[in-house]
Amino acid sequence: MLDIKAIGKSFGGLVALKDVHFSVQERTISALIGPNGAGKTTLLNIISGIFPPDTGDILFLGTSISALPSTKIARAGISRTFQQVELFGDMTALENVMVGRYPKTRAGFMSSGLRLPYVLREERQIRNLSLEILDYIGLSSRKDELSSSLPLGEQRILEIGRALATEPNLLLLDEPAAGLNIKETRTLGEMISRIRDDKKITILLVEHDMDLVMRISNRITVLNFGEVIAKGSPSEVQHNQAVIAAYLGTEEE
Amino acid sequence: MGYAGQVSLGQAGFYGIGAYVSAVLSQQYGFPVMMSALSAMIVAAFAAVLLAVPSLRLKGHYLAVATLSFGEIINIILNEWGPGGPSGFGDIPHFDILGLTFDSTKSYFYLVWSCVALVLLFSFNLINSRAGRALRALHGSELASRAMGLDVTALKIKVFILSAVYASLAGSLYAHYVTFISPGSFTLFYSILVLMMAVIGGITNLWGAVIGAVLITILPELLRSFEEFDVLVYGLVLTLSLMFFRKGLVPLLIERINKLRSPEIAGH
Repeated sequence: MLDIKAIGKSFGGLVALKDVHFSVQERTISALIGPNGAGKTTLLNIISGIFPPDTGDILFLGTSISALPSTKIARAGISRTFQQVELFGDMTALENVMVGRYPKTRAGFMSSGLRLPYVLREERQIRNLSLEILDYIGLSSRKDELSSSLPLGEQRILEIGRALATEPNLLLLDEPAAGLNIKETRTLGEMISRIRDDKKITILLVEHDMDLVMRISNRITVLNFGEVIAKGSPSEVQHNQAVIAAYLGTEEE
Repeated sequence: MGYAGQVSLGQAGFYGIGAYVSAVLSQQYGFPVMMSALSAMIVAAFAAVLLAVPSLRLKGHYLAVATLSFGEIINIILNEWGPGGPSGFGDIPHFDILGLTFDSTKSYFYLVWSCVALVLLFSFNLINSRAGRALRALHGSELASRAMGLDVTALKIKVFILSAVYASLAGSLYAHYVTFISPGSFTLFYSILVLMMAVIGGITNLWGAVIGAVLITILPELLRSFEEFDVLVYGLVLTLSLMFFRKGLVPLLIERINKLRSPEIAGH
């Protein structure tokens, strides 16, 4: 469903990505791994339209999205979370999820200010659906708390909930386990697998926690210094000499 | 301004448009006052679009400076081309709605507060809706807002138009109350007063704007004895409030009340 074709990106003199090719199959969990500075987050930012690539193209469900701004990409069905949590801190957990319904709803300024009947109906739908999502991700009891007051683990999960509210086809997760303890990471892993299975959402994640990546991923792509050095199933990647040399070698000792 | 996190220093421009357009239409062209005020709101909305499209690409201080320049341009236009030039003009008809004339201070009091109530009601409805949530989200994180599919530029333009229409209504109400207006009432100083009202009351709370407006309106009465030094006192009040209650009075009070109610969560 997602085809990354010959993507290249430089920042000033620094080459962040060089001729990156890979694809993500529908209803799988794909992981993008690699040492720090390998270009993983840069690639996620390009896919989600935060900045365009210098070269190459990205096809999503058969159409090119590499020139679209992030608002349009979100509306095309790609949602994401952020490595540095980007919740709306002054809003409650529930309101954060409700914002995620924005692209799928239509009440405007005038009709909202005048509380037209269809606005109230739509508002109830937004609220109920968002409550369901909070329930799904296990944060119902936090619904009225400010998102900035939640512990980091719950903030990361809330970001996933907010992304789910947009009903994406593809969900990009940028280091969802960063800063979480072992137990929280396990719960997160189960949730990510559940999202793929129940909601039929394809997931592409960038992650440093190898345990999590190996456990839940169907396919793994390894980046090193902006280039793809290996692709395959978790066991193939684990036994790939180039990967061990570049990265896992130090982890396995 | 508050909920969406945009700073405008050009509110005097829209306030001036509201006052002048409404006054001129009703006094010189014989429009009913209601119609004049509505026309002024439409003119202000157009002016807001013209200003917003280029300048909302700017952020923070640059946006503030662009809106400030707009306010100055409107002031110069009123000075040069407004009826009566710098000295303004009078004999503006009193506000009337379908034959009901508001010519006493008391009746005007009710009229203005009814308008405040309607504007507040509209604003509260807006804030607790899809569009209002989007505005608050924008304030929280523009990056995440875009990733959630929010049309950031369109939202900023719309909220800017809304603020212009509100300012225009205020201007019309003012013109038909005092029945004499001059460009001197629509200067940068007024824009700064509006900003002070919002900051002192609390920019993230609608009641904050109301409380701020009441305080800032009472302030000059209290400052009579300072005569022309009152501007210094304004500056001092703004500085102190930014130092000691940055979020504004109303959010501060809410925080205090919440703490009193649930001391165990207070440390959280």
